[in-house]
Amino acid sequence: MTAGRSRRLPRWLTVLVPLMCVVGCGSPAPPHRVVSVWAMGREGEVIAQLLPEFTKLHPDIEVRIQQLPWTAAHQKLLTAFAGEATPDVCQLGNTWIPEFVALKALEPLDQSLARSTAVQASDYFPGIWDTNIIGGTLYGVPWYIDTRLLFYRRDLLAQAGFAEPPRTWEEWSRMLAAVKSLVGPERYGVLLPLNEFDTLLVLAIQQPEPLLREDGRYGNFRSAGFRRALAFYREMFQRRWAPPVDSTQISNVWNELGRGYFSFYISGPWNIGEFTRRLPPEQQGTWMTAPMPGPDGPGASIAGGASLVIFRRSRHKADAWLLLEFLSSAQIQQRFYQLTGDLPPRRSTWRAPELAGNLYARAFREQLERVKPQPKVPEWERIVTDMRLVAERVVHGDLSVEEGATDLDRDVDGMLQKRRWLLARGATP
Amino acid sequence: MKTAPAAWAFAAPALLIITVFFFVPVLAALAVSLTDFDLYALADIRNLRFVGLHNYWRLLHTPDFWRALTNTAYFVVVGVPLSLAASLATALLVNSRLAYLAGLFRTALFAPVVTTLVAVAVVWRYLLHTRYGLINYALAHLGIHPIDWLGDPHWALPAIILFAVWKNFGYNMVIFLAALQSIPADLYEAARLDGASLWQEFGRITLPMLRPTLLLVSILTVAGYFQLFAEPYVMTQGGPLQSTVSVLYFMYEEGFKWWNLGSASAVAFLLFLIILAVTALQLRLARDAQAR
Repeated sequence: MTAGRSRRLPRWLTVLVPLMCVVGCGSPAPPHRVVSVWAMGREGEVIAQLLPEFTKLHPDIEVRIQQLPWTAAHQKLLTAFAGEATPDVCQLGNTWIPEFVALKALEPLDQSLARSTAVQASDYFPGIWDTNIIGGTLYGVPWYIDTRLLFYRRDLLAQAGFAEPPRTWEEWSRMLAAVKSLVGPERYGVLLPLNEFDTLLVLAIQQPEPLLREDGRYGNFRSAGFRRALAFYREMFQRRWAPPVDSTQISNVWNELGRGYFSFYISGPWNIGEFTRRLPPEQQGTWMTAPMPGPDGPGASIAGGASLVIFRRSRHKADAWLLLEFLSSAQIQQRFYQLTGDLPPRRSTWRAPELAGNLYARAFREQLERVKPQPKVPEWERIVTDMRLVAERVVHGDLSVEEGATDLDRDVDGMLQKRRWLLARGATP
Repeated sequence: MKTAPAAWAFAAPALLIITVFFFVPVLAALAVSLTDFDLYALADIRNLRFVGLHNYWRLLHTPDFWRALTNTAYFVVVGVPLSLAASLATALLVNSRLAYLAGLFRTALFAPVVTTLVAVAVVWRYLLHTRYGLINYALAHLGIHPIDWLGDPHWALPAIILFAVWKNFGYNMVIFLAALQSIPADLYEAARLDGASLWQEFGRITLPMLRPTLLLVSILTVAGYFQLFAEPYVMTQGGPLQSTVSVLYFMYEEGFKWWNLGSASAVAFLLFLIILAVTALQLRLARDAQAR
């Protein structure tokens, strides 16, 4: 009996040995390639849901995501740059790219692109692609796009006698006048919040003249085109087609459009989702989107949105590019659109049924063929902010259009002084 | 002879901390204010230029800076007396022997000080709303046309003052309350026996006994109100028409939004000099008043 017992393995061993095998032999070797990613806001939340497929394709690459709130992102990125703690991959608003290129913080991507089959420049909307090219070099791959166009009340426009949205400024003016006389003194035609520069920027970017001249050395706001845009902007307030308010005074734009406080609103793609969600079902048939009207025919709009960039200090650039390719693939972009409502930058993604069948997205599809990048100088954000302040004074009647344009050029020339000094020294800012 | 090294040894940790965390940063900021430190200098330090007093000179020729200074002066000149009056009045009320539920009111009046500014700003934005706000609703009953509080450049700063006074008066109220309670009751008894009226009691006893507290509170409040920032930041973002841009808000935009750290440091030093001058003036006036 004792002999028989000793020949058998003790029972605890029969449990322990396979267990050790599971723990020790079963777990894969820890991934030794790590790619760190910073993403902002809603995109930062969603990116984690897309990654399991990437891990399936590249099991040896570990992706570490850090979410940043949009309000703190710019500050945090600059601090990270100063402290040499930038991530490998980052989501970057495309108007920030010139600034980070000036800091020499971003990795040029031309070579990776030339070798890539997944990312095809020709499939992207050209205006959006262009925002990532600074001085002939590519620094980012568009991730999603953002532009501005018209949200409007179809029913009120029909009551005022118009079946179609405007194509030109002149048609738009006639509609605004008709809507204004329809709704009376307490309500308006269009909402142009005085604390936002977007609408004036769209009107200005539709003009043939560039907003800065001599390679971004001087402002070009005294050009006939900008003065025409500023005059039209002022006219919309002077004729009381637009209320002289800023967006903090409109507690709920969606309700106000529903109530008909204004009939036109210039906004971006995220508001498709908001209007669908926030307006009651019986009002869903009353609103629609339309491309921006231009000075003489369908007009351009701004090429906004965010790109994916690789930082120069990254030590995992090849892996970072793999992640960029993965996030840019048509299939992942479709999932990304479903999760966020962010519009994809590739034409091929737009053929997907969810997008092709979305009535409200159609105007965006049309507008995207006519988007123009903003001037690519690091000072640009400050310049448009000053443009807004001057426009506010013009609307208020403190300055004429001529004076406003002259003041703006003087301010902007001052802001670009250091850039001129750098260019004169032969440096590339 | 031996006391000196011992004293230095005891003072050394504090001195070290003050040097590292106060004098060095202040001197560094002074040095930065003499350069054109900006984004380009952050990229490559060779892009930094020494500009001497140019930042100061340019600021003094910038209309927006003067506007910020005027706005701040307006805020201090109107806001500080209002705030002190509100604090003193509520302190007197709460301190009164006739006060009913004094403890409850003391807490309630102090509550705005401890609540989050951002949260109450949301509430105040609704109160001040042109079309749906409670304040305009009440004014309408008095026959006053709706005021566009936060949208009209003439009314935005008064609205901010109202909000700031409401937010801050509780703090000074507590200081006044402590001071009021330390005034000996027999002074009032004697005055009453002599037939003094309530006004005479206030003017001849309360105010003179509060003088040191008043000086302290006014210096603290003036210095604090000169540093107006959070209220316009959350309520109006400096608008409409720059009418609520304070000096500190101007500095914040210059430094952290546009990354012109050189000129932002110059703003900080100018503000420091202004506060120093005003405080010195207050102390001087107080000394003269005491001498008389």
